[in-house]
Amino acid sequence: MAYTLEGSTGTWEIVCGLEVHAQVISRSKLFSGASAAYGAEPNSQVSFVDAAFPGMLPVPNAECVAQAVRTGLGLNAQINLWSRFDRKNYFYADLPQGYQISQFEHPIVGTGVVEVTLADGSVKQIGVTRLHLEQDAGKSLHDQDPTRSFIDLNRSGVALMEIVSEPDIRSPEEAGAYLTKLRQILRYLGTCDGNMDEGSMRADVNVSVRKAGEGFRTRCEVKNVNSIRFVMMAVEAEAKRQIALWEDGGEVVQETRLFDPTRNETRSMRSKEDAHDYRYFPDPDLLPLVLDPDWVAQLKATLPELPDAKTARFMRDYGLSPYDARILVMEQASADFYERLATGRDAKQAANWMMGDFYAGLNRTGRSIETSPISADGLGELLDLIADSTINGRIAKEVLEAMIDTGERASVIVDQKGLRQVTDTGAIDAAVDKVLAANADKVAQYKAGAEKLFGFFVGQVMKAMAGKGNPALVNEALKAKLS
Amino acid sequence: MSLDAATVRRIARLSRIRIDDSQTLQMQAELNGILAMIETLSEVDVTGVQPLAGGADMALSLRPDVVTDGGQAEAVLSNAPDRDGPFYAVPKVVE
Amino acid sequence: MFDLTLSQARDALRARTLSSRELTAAYLGAIDALNPEINAYITVTHDAALASADAADAVLATGEAGPMTGIPIAVKDLFCTKGVLTTAGSRILGNFIPPYESTVTANLLRDGAVFLGKANLDEFAMGSSNMTSAYGAVVNPWTRRGDNRPLVPGGSSGGSAAAVAARLALGATATDTGGSIRQPAAFCGITGIKPTYGRCSRWGVVAFASSLDQAGPVARTVQDCAIMLGSMAGFDPKDGTSADIAVPDFAAACARGVKGLRIGVPREYRLDGLSPEIDALWQQGLAWLRDAGATIVDVSLPHTKYGLAAYYIVAPAEASSNLARYDGVRFGLRADGHDLTELYEATRAEGFGAEVKRRIMIGTYVLSAGYYDAYYLRAQKVRALILRDFTEAFEHVDALLTPTAPSAAFGQGEKMDDPVTMYLNDVFTVPVNMAGLPGLSVPAGLDAQGLPLGLQVIGRKFDEETLFAVGAVLERSAGFTTLPTKRAGA
Ligand SMILES: [Mg+2]
Ligand SMILES: [Zn+2]
Repeated sequence: MAYTLEGSTGTWEIVCGLEVHAQVISRSKLFSGASAAYGAEPNSQVSFVDAAFPGMLPVPNAECVAQAVRTGLGLNAQINLWSRFDRKNYFYADLPQGYQISQFEHPIVGTGVVEVTLADGSVKQIGVTRLHLEQDAGKSLHDQDPTRSFIDLNRSGVALMEIVSEPDIRSPEEAGAYLTKLRQILRYLGTCDGNMDEGSMRADVNVSVRKAGEGFRTRCEVKNVNSIRFVMMAVEAEAKRQIALWEDGGEVVQETRLFDPTRNETRSMRSKEDAHDYRYFPDPDLLPLVLDPDWVAQLKATLPELPDAKTARFMRDYGLSPYDARILVMEQASADFYERLATGRDAKQAANWMMGDFYAGLNRTGRSIETSPISADGLGELLDLIADSTINGRIAKEVLEAMIDTGERASVIVDQKGLRQVTDTGAIDAAVDKVLAANADKVAQYKAGAEKLFGFFVGQVMKAMAGKGNPALVNEALKAKLS
Repeated sequence: MSLDAATVRRIARLSRIRIDDSQTLQMQAELNGILAMIETLSEVDVTGVQPLAGGADMALSLRPDVVTDGGQAEAVLSNAPDRDGPFYAVPKVVE
Repeated sequence: MFDLTLSQARDALRARTLSSRELTAAYLGAIDALNPEINAYITVTHDAALASADAADAVLATGEAGPMTGIPIAVKDLFCTKGVLTTAGSRILGNFIPPYESTVTANLLRDGAVFLGKANLDEFAMGSSNMTSAYGAVVNPWTRRGDNRPLVPGGSSGGSAAAVAARLALGATATDTGGSIRQPAAFCGITGIKPTYGRCSRWGVVAFASSLDQAGPVARTVQDCAIMLGSMAGFDPKDGTSADIAVPDFAAACARGVKGLRIGVPREYRLDGLSPEIDALWQQGLAWLRDAGATIVDVSLPHTKYGLAAYYIVAPAEASSNLARYDGVRFGLRADGHDLTELYEATRAEGFGAEVKRRIMIGTYVLSAGYYDAYYLRAQKVRALILRDFTEAFEHVDALLTPTAPSAAFGQGEKMDDPVTMYLNDVFTVPVNMAGLPGLSVPAGLDAQGLPLGLQVIGRKFDEETLFAVGAVLERSAGFTTLPTKRAGA
């Protein structure tokens, strides 16, 4: 069902497109040999190229180009074998050259597509218009001094991929799903770490609203939103602002806005009169970027398996539901964990244990799959103990908790705590006899037809056996004695 | 095409060069002289011609992804007209 | 001692009949005596020069001399030199000390050259007269017969050319974006070559127009230029437009002769109103080459007359962007401003001279919204046509011969009424830059007032060897021995 917003004059639809800036994973910057690492001392990762000293020239980083191509391939996009760097000219304190080297007319990657699955299970294709390489700017610090701003150029020249979507997004949920999926693909590809806290991924959100059947109305661009949740909030807040404006008889003017998450509203950025005359032209320091088709083919051949393909394979090979498969594939690390766990074991049971008690345990201790105290093999050992009837499922939950808390192996915990399951029918019969004798009234009720008391007897027997009775044998013995 | 004074002021602003009114007039005359010379290009038939951006007809060469530079904050800051510790300093920017 | 050419001095140094210290000290003395009048140098590095000379003498003593060991030269103040003030002729870089050495000057240092100092130039290499330098005009060492009024040395490498002509250096580095090596060489009666775009690294050379800028030498003889270029040139991975092509033995090419070569005469260069003196010299040059065994062929370069117009779109456009970095934040001049925009506008108003401002403004305009296609894109297409003309001509000829400039050196203050008159100086040289070709200027004769005139040889890309061969024949035939009035050792 389509997402809409109700206004006083009727029903409105959201039209949204995202421009995502994703920092390329590379050791050095796009056009200089300075480090691209995050968090260094101010101005310690700056070459004279990054600081735009006289006579300095850009030389592109081959790995950044490869990363852009990999990303394009991962987005099923067209790879442009001929592309070009252009200059986008504007003055700003953290833009040392007075221009940003970007790709305006001829981007390295053309149209592609991202497929998202929404909460109701429906699938939607969001078009990708283009992906291009460009330099990041430096950083201005405005709160260090009463009269001055400070400039740190460590980020200046770090490689970014700008990934522009078509205006195909129709709801905050779709915006969130697109960004989540894009982030997931980039992380799988190893082309961007997707770390939004460190600014490795930021989104410019273009929003307009319209009534059913209309063409596009004027859009506004909400700049530099730095979390998926904030993007979803910004889409809604900006759409509501525009609806109110239109319905008030006003007019939306195309402008750049900022999202304020604490007030859940967007506000106009101080308008700059020359903001839109960037005087793009081909960078005369850089010749056209020409890619060898064989090289592109080689990159394609070595691409990792991507989330959609993996999800499909998990459903096919492990008999998982689409939902379970998607959850497990969410991160490369969890998918790898699952595959190792499921191999040679009951795949469905492996998925249940992993997404159930294992994830709950990680959650409880504030850990993730990467920092888990239990490896896939460790969890597998626990499942093996269930499979060979060393322990029963109930005991296994207890063992898993202990494993998460102590990091100890399952078999060691079972032995230490004496949790091996009892399969001695003599001991089981004795426990059953004791329970039935102590509950003669309930036995009478059961025999009179209160069959649901069977579970009560099972529980009592297990309790009597400290949980270690083999459930199947306990059932068997009870049935025999009650008949 | 001929530039009026307002356009001259707009270009000066885009170029971040302050010019006062008397300079605007002189600049306007000079720029229009240059533009008149440039105008001769409109005579040329450029139908179907691919633009030539540079003097070199080679493809771009790329460098390996190795950290070879940086770690020289002092050198980078040594010519700065105003700095504060490891930072360049500019008049406060209001965003 | 000042009569020695660069190659003769080199031989004397190697023969140990002359030390680099003697030679360098003599040149420094000459600079001290003459530079106050000629103003060819912005900075003279006495101590560093003598120290390099001593180091060179030590190397010469081992018999391991490089191609330039011990040779005192001037460096155009557009090349960044580590620890030495580099101004680009501009007030905005009046205090700039580069923490790095340009590739070209590093190559020269590698080969043993001794730097005397930094040569004056038009501000940011924008000019044809050296009148736009923030450090004062350079005076041409030549004067008109019976007329002592100061003449311009040409530009933008006017300080380099004047230094060589006045014998204040054995050679000098220079750069050429639209004629800035060849026109001052012609005005000062010396030789200069703008090599093929990509032959010399642009790394560390203050940029004017990136797709046109090219470094090259000016010196007294064709042979001297060949020796210097051999040292300056070479592939540089730090410059993405540097060509990965081996540097041939340019000096050897000077002895090749022109027998069997086909020399083209572009008919469009015979502009209306070309001075009869220059036309006559041009014909004389063709006759010398014919006599030496070359065949003269008429060729057509139909788009050459649009070269200047296209150039005055492309070069300012690139310059407007290249010069955006002079903003008073990281280096150079800063003027006061309450906010960032004020700071930029005041810094750039104060730091740039009138010609630089004009070109930034024109460049900004031709790139601005709504004008890009009509100006910049069209200019790029015309540029493609200019290159096509040359490419077609070079299917029939090995080199072209033209005058270098439409006039001899003019007086300071002349041609200053409007910018376009000044721009016309480069009408013969600009198309070569637009096409990325090499061009050489050799002094070939004097005009009626006793001022030197140059002829330009244009060649195929990366065929500087043919230019040196043709230039050497012209040089021998012309027997140009007249000396300027102002010179060391006079
Ligand atoms: Mg954007
Ligand atoms: Zn961007």
